[in-house]
Amino acid sequence: MSGPVIELQSVARRFGGIQAVRDVSLKLEEGEVVGMIGPNGAGKTTLVNCITGVHPATSGKVLFEGRDVTRQRPFEAARSGLCRTFQVVQPFPEMTVLQNVAAGALFGQKISRLSQAYDAAHEHLEFVGIDQFADMPASNLTLANRKRLELAKSLAMKPRVLMLDEVNAGLNSAEINGALDLIKKISDQGISIIVIEHLMKVIMTLSQRILVLHHGELIAQGDPRQVVNDPKVVEAYLGEKFAKRIMGNDHV
Amino acid sequence: MSEPLLEISGLTSGYGDVQVLWGIDIVVNAGEIACLVGSNGAGKTTLMRTISGICETTSGKVIFDGNDITGAPANKVLGAGIAHVPEGRRLFRGLSVRDNLMLGAYMRDDKSGVKEDLERVFDLFPILRERHNQDATTMSGGQQQMCAIARGIMSRPRLLMIDELSLGLAPNLVEDLAESLVEINRQGTTIIVVEQDVMTAFELAEHAFVVETGKIMKSGRTSELSDDPIIREAYLGM
Amino acid sequence: MSRYAVILFALWVVVLAATPFFAENYVVRAAIVIAMYSTMALSWNVIGGFAGYPSLATAAFVGLGSYVGAVSQVNGVPMVLAWALATLVVALVSLAIGALLLRLKGHYFAIGSIVLVELFRLIASSWSSVTGGGNGLNVPLLRWEPDDVGLFILMVMLALMILAFAMNVVVKNTRLGFGLQCIRQNEDAADMVGVNTTKYKVAGFMLSTILCGTVGAVYASWVGYIDPSESFQILLTLKVAVMALLGGAGTLLGPVVGAATFVILEEVVWVNFLSWNRAILGVLIVFLIFFLPNGILRTGAFSFLRSDGASGSKRA
Repeated sequence: MSGPVIELQSVARRFGGIQAVRDVSLKLEEGEVVGMIGPNGAGKTTLVNCITGVHPATSGKVLFEGRDVTRQRPFEAARSGLCRTFQVVQPFPEMTVLQNVAAGALFGQKISRLSQAYDAAHEHLEFVGIDQFADMPASNLTLANRKRLELAKSLAMKPRVLMLDEVNAGLNSAEINGALDLIKKISDQGISIIVIEHLMKVIMTLSQRILVLHHGELIAQGDPRQVVNDPKVVEAYLGEKFAKRIMGNDHV
Repeated sequence: MSEPLLEISGLTSGYGDVQVLWGIDIVVNAGEIACLVGSNGAGKTTLMRTISGICETTSGKVIFDGNDITGAPANKVLGAGIAHVPEGRRLFRGLSVRDNLMLGAYMRDDKSGVKEDLERVFDLFPILRERHNQDATTMSGGQQQMCAIARGIMSRPRLLMIDELSLGLAPNLVEDLAESLVEINRQGTTIIVVEQDVMTAFELAEHAFVVETGKIMKSGRTSELSDDPIIREAYLGM
Repeated sequence: MSRYAVILFALWVVVLAATPFFAENYVVRAAIVIAMYSTMALSWNVIGGFAGYPSLATAAFVGLGSYVGAVSQVNGVPMVLAWALATLVVALVSLAIGALLLRLKGHYFAIGSIVLVELFRLIASSWSSVTGGGNGLNVPLLRWEPDDVGLFILMVMLALMILAFAMNVVVKNTRLGFGLQCIRQNEDAADMVGVNTTKYKVAGFMLSTILCGTVGAVYASWVGYIDPSESFQILLTLKVAVMALLGGAGTLLGPVVGAATFVILEEVVWVNFLSWNRAILGVLIVFLIFFLPNGILRTGAFSFLRSDGASGSKRA
């Protein structure tokens, strides 16, 4: 397949008087892992919402595999393989962990039989490492495990593009290593990934390219090492102390 | 010399049939900044909730400022001077930033003091002053975190407990927040933080408690613990 | 497990079906009423219980079914065919209206659905050339022995009740039911996981009205006379919702238990405390809210009946 799997052309989104995203153009190539960083309120989640139809772009175009999907509805995005996790986790509160993931298999992947969906759900739960909690109510999981659940649910939808919105928050530095392996394995399956994180360890380890969003605009993009040295990025996002920490050692 | 402000001994608690804390012993001195670190599921959040009265204490003792507050309901704990900033912020939806902050001061009756603290909090977090009329839950994650911490401060606590300080926050913001906490501490508030970024936690806090499987595995001055090879491997990922 | 529910339901149907053979006429009548309300409550369960959209439109479609059935019969259509026609018309109308109504959520949806009842009543009373307006409509009576009529109508209503139960079982165990439950628990998340929420809600709404239309048509044939205020009663629509909630919305047997409990209670109260009747209904609703907010079948004693296996409070 030639051409980028996702392309944004001058995408902008406003909410009433607030311009959350202004004139963002970017490409995601197939199989890439791209990191997206930026201060809170920069528009990262809004951008993902534009791509998945939750808050359609007020101007500009979103292309998925060459098709114009700017006006698609969220469920259409989900079914065509544009999947995302949520910063604020949204499980189905009265369902078990297994049922939550089965929902992804049933509707994202369009499996028609419940039993098949449950089997698929078990597989994905095993992959992310929480299959032992399958029959537990989803609302009883710890924060970090709820994020795992989000991940399993998205994988159950058989995504072509996966947008991970702070899926590692809540893990300590050592636990993150396990998460990194997981994401690498997902990438190895050919899924194109956008990782939104504040955990620079994740960003630096995984990203082939980094995009930096600030006040709704792309202020930098490119090679990770270059981007974290960019003074604009240091000022807007990293802070001097942190920038030193990243460049100083690899144990961010 | 520092007096113990919070003394916990043999604390056990959990959720229904599941015990999470298996005998916690902690002493936090007045004027300190202490941090709780540990694996996912170790019991740090449960510990905070047990202290603040959200979770039921099954046994043990919690002594705050000389008073036994073991098992006290949440409003009494707040009244005694402990403010808990929970994991996930839990701001009040539909209410403005200002209203959320004012609710933090709900139990106070010194109007001028409350006004003073509101100004103080706006100085610490200028974005909150800018957005004071906005629905608090429509702000970005980091801004909400600031609002939640500010809300905690509004009760003018002697002890401020923050669960997951840096969760979802940009690195430079974490830096700023840490500086704000140092300032708050300097003004007299004792602070306990749960923080997954152990490096940030150790820079901020003087004292650290390592929580694993519901018990305190290790504790000590952060300057010493950061040289401990076991800590370095398990938590600093080195 | 659902098996218990099916077995208990079957037993209950047998009990009701046997009433003409061992009990007095008023008991048979009560059995018919129980079967009717059970059908309506089970139908409501699809949109109100599974999908969480509290519809108060039941009376609109029962009344519509009554009128289509009655008008057809008056114009010479054979009785059973008239019932079928009523069912079809109700299905089409609810499809059309559902597409509009289900854009509303929560309280707005409830209010919109109640407006429907009034709207249909007004149409029925104004369109006198067809409906007889305020004078009502006389439906050709069944010219059999009263006991035979009673038996026949009971069997028909029981058949509808069985259909409504079957519909619940099928919906609950298929993708449609799963999707509706996702919608109830978190509609945005359902959307983002790939559920076409509009399509599912409209389907649920349609299913919740179809058998109500049939009940209306059968009722018209049984009673022989309908008029707008009788056929489009807000009280009916409220009772149906209360019954489902009383028994346990979203469960299979809940609406059945709720309907039976309510009707029996009403019979007892009506007979013994006539002037307190409405007050007792009010007290019941308040009791429900305070002590059984999730319905009778969701209390601990009945956990063996529930097939949603989420048990235990382990935190991990």
